[in-house]
Amino acid sequence: MRGILSLAGYIPTHRLDRKDVAAVFGNGGGKGTRAVAGHDEDTTTMGVEAARLAMRGRSIEHLALLFSTASPAYADKTNATAIHAALGRPSNEPAWDFGGGARSAIGAFGFALSSMPPTLLVTADRRDGLATSADEVGGGDGAAAILVGEGSDDLPAICVQRGGAAATDEFIDRWRVPGATRSKQWEEKFGEQRYSALARDAYGRALAAAGWNADSVDKVIVTGMHARAAKAVGAKVSGGRDVLVDDLAATVGQTGGTHGLLLLVATLESLVGTAGGTKIMLVNLADGADVVALETTDAIATYRPARPISEQVAMTRQLPYGKFLAWRQMVTLEPPRRPEPGRVSATAAWRSEDWKFGFVGSRDRSSGAMHLPPARVSRIGGAVDDMEKVSMADAKGTIVTFTIDRMAYSPSPPIAFAIVDFDGGGRFPVELTDCGPEQVAIGGRVEMTFRRLFTQDDIHDYFWKARLLPAGA
Amino acid sequence: MASHGIKDQVAIVGMGCTPFAEHWDKGLDDLIVDAVQDCFASTRATKADIDAYWLGTVQGGMSGITLARPLQLEGKPVTRVENYCTTGSEALRAAAYAVASGAYDMAMAVGVEKVKDSGFQGLNAQAPPNDGTARTLTAAAMFSMVAPAYANKYGVDEETMSDVLAAIAVKNHYNGARNSRAQFRREITAETCKASPRLAGGLGVYDCAGVADGAACAIVVRAEDAYKYTDKPIFIKALAFTAGSGSGLIDPTYDYTHFPECAGAAQDAYAQAGITNPREQLAMAEVHDCFTPTELVLMEDLGFAERGTAWRDVLDGSFALNGTLPVNPDGGLKSFGHPTGASGLRMMFECWLQLRGEAPDERRIDLKSNLALTHNLGGYPGEMVSFVSVVGSELG
Repeated sequence: MRGILSLAGYIPTHRLDRKDVAAVFGNGGGKGTRAVAGHDEDTTTMGVEAARLAMRGRSIEHLALLFSTASPAYADKTNATAIHAALGRPSNEPAWDFGGGARSAIGAFGFALSSMPPTLLVTADRRDGLATSADEVGGGDGAAAILVGEGSDDLPAICVQRGGAAATDEFIDRWRVPGATRSKQWEEKFGEQRYSALARDAYGRALAAAGWNADSVDKVIVTGMHARAAKAVGAKVSGGRDVLVDDLAATVGQTGGTHGLLLLVATLESLVGTAGGTKIMLVNLADGADVVALETTDAIATYRPARPISEQVAMTRQLPYGKFLAWRQMVTLEPPRRPEPGRVSATAAWRSEDWKFGFVGSRDRSSGAMHLPPARVSRIGGAVDDMEKVSMADAKGTIVTFTIDRMAYSPSPPIAFAIVDFDGGGRFPVELTDCGPEQVAIGGRVEMTFRRLFTQDDIHDYFWKARLLPAGA
Repeated sequence: MASHGIKDQVAIVGMGCTPFAEHWDKGLDDLIVDAVQDCFASTRATKADIDAYWLGTVQGGMSGITLARPLQLEGKPVTRVENYCTTGSEALRAAAYAVASGAYDMAMAVGVEKVKDSGFQGLNAQAPPNDGTARTLTAAAMFSMVAPAYANKYGVDEETMSDVLAAIAVKNHYNGARNSRAQFRREITAETCKASPRLAGGLGVYDCAGVADGAACAIVVRAEDAYKYTDKPIFIKALAFTAGSGSGLIDPTYDYTHFPECAGAAQDAYAQAGITNPREQLAMAEVHDCFTPTELVLMEDLGFAERGTAWRDVLDGSFALNGTLPVNPDGGLKSFGHPTGASGLRMMFECWLQLRGEAPDERRIDLKSNLALTHNLGGYPGEMVSFVSVVGSELG
């Protein structure tokens, strides 16, 4: 039975408190928070984080990897390949970027549900807007990853598609030219009218395709970057019943084309432990309406998410509004007076793909000594070319000692840096992220996270950093 | 196989050293010419006597031509060497071995760095093309991890540790204030040191050596020829060098309270020189005080104090100008700044002055022996190169 085998969301740690906007500019902002990607995060790194969570503990061969975002780190160059490398996937698999509009992710989801090879769909977005705009505070950053394929005893489908429908129309509601950070929007009422009509049409046909009547639906997810339209459509299709899924607007914000799937992840995670048979309608409003009718299977009862979205919503670090503006390139801060690093060598990066993208070290077979990065000659005993590869991406570690470097070049100084000893062996001196200097302490526990260190000559330097785990982890 | 050394086979018969400063008005070539002229003023040797040259510079230029052009050397073997911040020492080591081998009668080692043309503060090495996974941390940050590790291991409380580090800075600036070639010639107080802005970890401005432009050089000949060129030669007793494997960075047993490369080089040097009790037998030591915790740990790595006890000796003033073993009587990197290619030879220049009794009165030490040590390191805790030499004003 083809269906969703596993899925996960990723919400970056940083939160902008919306009321901080008005405190600076006198207007704008609002209530609640939005999720903000770190200065070292882009859609590719967030996609990696979601994909790692979706794939953790799940083994599947011959995967097709699809990546969808409206804010790609690269044009021309495929972004999905970096995600593929960071997951340590074999080279005999495809990895494709799938479009760049707000409708692409839901479209890719449709293909994944219907096409033959097992598919890992990854979607990530960063939503920007000018200071004081509704987009600035209403948008959010995040990623989702959904593994779709034929279920098996080891990896059963937890949710299957029962129907679906789409309605398409060409009209100008929201637009952005490539390279621009802000999108623009036509008078809201026009879009609201169009989306309402399109959604009503598609929803009805999706119900018919599933053979459901409207009252039998248990959960309704409605999202779109047109907030008013999403609200109106939600009210209409729910028929006044308490079936609408929380849209995370109060805490995370709307993550563009990613948001529908992020909410699907949250919805299925909320159903863990229940019997199957929950009927879910996923409605995505973007230049038309896409409706997917889904139903959980009994396997949802024992499904174990690697890190539920509810947990990530609670793991937050308040980001000062000034830093937010700097990280979004809305203001330019004085950089440290240090030379910028040179661009990454393509050939050197390719040779060290396992290390750089996969955080794969090596262990000497004779002495057991761990080497990070991998080495050919052992630091203990001197054995040559007798190493086995060891993936350390999911290893947890402990801070042995640390420092705060206020002088080194960084896109957002200061640098917090720690000597980390990994559980089960191996030491690596590594930059810390998503934390303030005051949070770092000897004995602190960390996990690894895939980040963008800097960009030079338009080449993004991807590598791993460590981030603090909650106390007791 | 063994490290035999060249004890008493080679002598230094001339030395020169420029003032170390932000020489906005001097380029690399000027610094080289100034140091070499200063050197010839100290010896009866002349340019025509020199058979071979070694140039130590980290980023000053490629190849021996970097030296041959400013000095207009005709048809001479000139080699440029680089070994991180020990580069100046490495040039001397190569020149001394060349003479000891019998290949040449006289060789010159020159160390130079023109740091202040970069437009940036600090030392800024350009990495070769790479995969983008290497650390970009400053040296200050890497060394800042030493102080808390040391304090924690040996039970030194935070306030005492702060006093110890400040005492090292105060001592070296006191000495540097008495040296006309030093860049910083003002004494500082412990309070000033402790109140200075933090740059990395617990290290403040006064815990860190500055940078400077500078050059220094030495002429070496076989020991039996030494008195032809000077009445007061100094003889090389030991030249030791260790390049770490870099595995300290990934070795979970490394604890950041010692530098094995330095201890290893010291052990080799003492064996070459026949030294069994360095604290008693040495008259002075010039050590690589790039950061205050570095000097503290070096006192133990070089065998001047037992493990975990150097902090007490620092507070007792054991390493002051009038202490039992004066350390960095010229003011050290703290007062001079650190032109990477030159520093190792600058250290040797102070030994040259002190052992010959030529240091000015205000910083001249009581020579309890005729032996002096220089220690020069490069890299970071866990990934370091280290040089140790012993020289003496008498044979035997």
